[in-house]
Amino acid sequence: MALPDRDLQAALAVTRFGLGARPGEIAAAHADPQGFLADQIGGSPPDRSSSIALPEGRIEAIRAFGAARRESLEASRARAGDAEALRLITNERRRELRDGVMNDVLARTANAAITPKAFAERWALFWANHFTVAQGNIISGATIGPYENLALRPYVFGSFRDLLISAETHPAMLIYLNQDRSVGPNSPFAQRRAQTPNGREPGLNENLAREILELHTVGVNGGYSQADVTEFARALTGVSFERLTAAESAGQPRFRRAAHEPGEREIMGVRYAQRGDDQAVAILSDLASKPQTARFISWKIARHFVADDPPEALVRRLERTWRDTDGALDQVARTLIAAPESWEPAARKFKTPYEFMISSWRAAGAAPQDVKQLGLLTAMGQRPFAAPSPEGWPEEEGAWATPDGMIKRLVWTEAFAPRAVGDRDPNRLAEEALGARLSGPTATAIRRAESRGEAFALLLMSPEFQRR
Amino acid sequence: MRPAPIGAPSRRTVLAAAGLGLGLQFVGANAFAAGTRNRFVLIICRGAADGLSVAPPVGDANYVPLRGDLAITEEALRLDGDFGLHPQLSAIHQMAQADQARIAPAVAMPDRIRSHFEAQDRLENGAGHEAAVGWMNRTLASLGARSKAEGLSVGPVAPLVLRGPVPTASWSPGRVVETEARLPTLIQDLYKDDPVLSVAFGKGLQTEATAQAAMSRLASPAPEAQTAADAAAVESAMAQGLSPREAARRTRAMSGSDRKAAHALGQTVAGFMRQDTGADMVAISLDGFDTHANQAGQLATRLSYLDALADGLRTGLGAAWGQTVVLVVTEFGRTARTNGTAGTDHGTASTALMLGGGLKPGGIIGDWPSLQESKLYENRDLAPTLDMRSLFKGVLADHMGVDRRALDTTVFPDSASAPPLQNLV
Repeated sequence: MALPDRDLQAALAVTRFGLGARPGEIAAAHADPQGFLADQIGGSPPDRSSSIALPEGRIEAIRAFGAARRESLEASRARAGDAEALRLITNERRRELRDGVMNDVLARTANAAITPKAFAERWALFWANHFTVAQGNIISGATIGPYENLALRPYVFGSFRDLLISAETHPAMLIYLNQDRSVGPNSPFAQRRAQTPNGREPGLNENLAREILELHTVGVNGGYSQADVTEFARALTGVSFERLTAAESAGQPRFRRAAHEPGEREIMGVRYAQRGDDQAVAILSDLASKPQTARFISWKIARHFVADDPPEALVRRLERTWRDTDGALDQVARTLIAAPESWEPAARKFKTPYEFMISSWRAAGAAPQDVKQLGLLTAMGQRPFAAPSPEGWPEEEGAWATPDGMIKRLVWTEAFAPRAVGDRDPNRLAEEALGARLSGPTATAIRRAESRGEAFALLLMSPEFQRR
Repeated sequence: MRPAPIGAPSRRTVLAAAGLGLGLQFVGANAFAAGTRNRFVLIICRGAADGLSVAPPVGDANYVPLRGDLAITEEALRLDGDFGLHPQLSAIHQMAQADQARIAPAVAMPDRIRSHFEAQDRLENGAGHEAAVGWMNRTLASLGARSKAEGLSVGPVAPLVLRGPVPTASWSPGRVVETEARLPTLIQDLYKDDPVLSVAFGKGLQTEATAQAAMSRLASPAPEAQTAADAAAVESAMAQGLSPREAARRTRAMSGSDRKAAHALGQTVAGFMRQDTGADMVAISLDGFDTHANQAGQLATRLSYLDALADGLRTGLGAAWGQTVVLVVTEFGRTARTNGTAGTDHGTASTALMLGGGLKPGGIIGDWPSLQESKLYENRDLAPTLDMRSLFKGVLADHMGVDRRALDTTVFPDSASAPPLQNLV
């Protein structure tokens, strides 16, 4: 399989592997399209023992909200005179926290719109979707930005094992999949509670264990049983973090020995006799090395970058690298870039709303300034930090190329295009945005448009811009 | 504005009309006269809804011991000595009193899997081999020879159950397309060699026009007063960023307006279905039923939303409610026992609801396996007594007129062992 000519390679490098071209980007990739991408791989992962879970400013905002809410509740129970004032303070603290989450969303989007390392960003977004965490209440929402930035991004070109352990032990994931509340039925804590009259008996919650197996590692056909899920849930008990409102080390990993189910576990035929959180780490480590994991995630990577139904040859190449390197993600990324199947000229991926919106900003050479500019992402069905389930956002064309989805794209484009294009030449912007991928009919339609705004809208809605 | 005359209008006519906001039919108008054609709505509760809370088995002696604090007993809305409905399902309870609602309390698809995503796929593709085609789409295909039934999904993301070769419409509330017709026409020209985008975009424009017609009917004075306000509530709740789930998630203090929004959404969808050439088969997804922790509050909010949506459909359909069947289903049930976090984990059988103005009266659909420990599936879940495909097939056969062979072989491949349930409608 031969690679397409250099002009097309440059356009594919920036639009398929990256997040869409900013003016000048395709030209910059032209000399060496594969090298342009490979240069974005790297950055050595931090030492996990010294990393933090959430920045101090966010912890303070959560603490302030928690304290205000507690005081307000106490006052209202005691029917104290200042209950109303305290309620208003609580609302104010909640609003500050919500603004923080909105800023996380805006920063993520604006960064995607301007970054020169767009392949690295797409790669990170792939992992953020693989290890999806969605917002429940305001406090869980406040953990997602830090989770992506501190627990995922630094590890996406490191070993999969480190990324996996980092993701599964961050407060955002532990809250999202209820692990923070799972207690071993024979743990000291549960035993104590059983002696307390009328105390609710705490117990297991299987959610995180199941999703790690099904979605994060070996996949649904990975060969595990219900018994393995339950055993894994037992092993995970105690994996927790310091309360987010704690005075010291808030959000940092903490193993709650009293909640841990004692004893050996057997998962997928392997016995784990470790004590404490070594047990969970040993299991995660083994799952990271399973061939099923290599296969499942290689397929997901190929599906994300190349086609909903990816070429088997590409999946095999990724899988081989994964197994040869025990999941060295920088090597897997290099294999993806080097594979001829990745450079097939036909654009077979339909952009998700988020990708469409980011690439539109990049085409305009602009970036969102205000979170209000992201409102239509919700209408298009893809509000950041709000994936519908732990499976993350759908990948397939069938999920997004819907009648309603297309109308919402049109609505957004109509509002965006005239302002974004300003007094610039849309023909030139179209060449900058698509390079050799710009088709004759689209170029003609843009040339014949009545206004700059209409021309730019046609570019954004064109089939080759909607796909990558 | 009167609908355009029957007959396939040219693409340009369609687009021009859409751009001007005219009332417009779907291309491929339904052959049946309005008022006599049957309609079907599937509501999928995603995340595995807890059947033992949707229709609490209050007469089963094992229910309270298994569920503890999560058991719903005195507050259940009684159906009979054995079953009740969740207290939030008050409108559906009223339907049941009028023989317009029945429960299937121990139903499941044939696969015993506890993965949401795989189970939802099976629920929607009918456990078929064609993984990417939904059974409602295959139903439309098999009806296609005789009628021109239309499919519609609500929401910006298409559910698998409607996906497939027969083009279907999708819609969600939001800002209307108020351009002069020029831009959409030019875009449609760019899509002419792209079969996926041209069909999706063309359908979208048509549906947008139908929506405007449906909404304008809503806003006119109607016996169900406040519909305009309700529509506005839905508009504002969803257009500024709230999915139905979000709307429901807003604090309980707001649940009154959430119910209103859900009710208005139901009425709007009913408006689509009432149009002479509107939708016959509709799929609506509700999510947020995965209640692993603190189930009681979360489930109450979701069920309240479901109840208002169903009531909106009923009132919005008016006389056509008599020709409508609504099935409310979920991918699987939840564990019989409460887990350690005041919630429940993934289980097997759950409850389906069947609603409509023309149901045959009867008790529960299917048998009750009981919650005795020895009867639980794998000593943890309510055991299924009814193959969900039999329920679907019964409705499709007697209500939508799909023939038996198509049901057994194409709509639900290799499903002869799950015969259609009789005497539902």
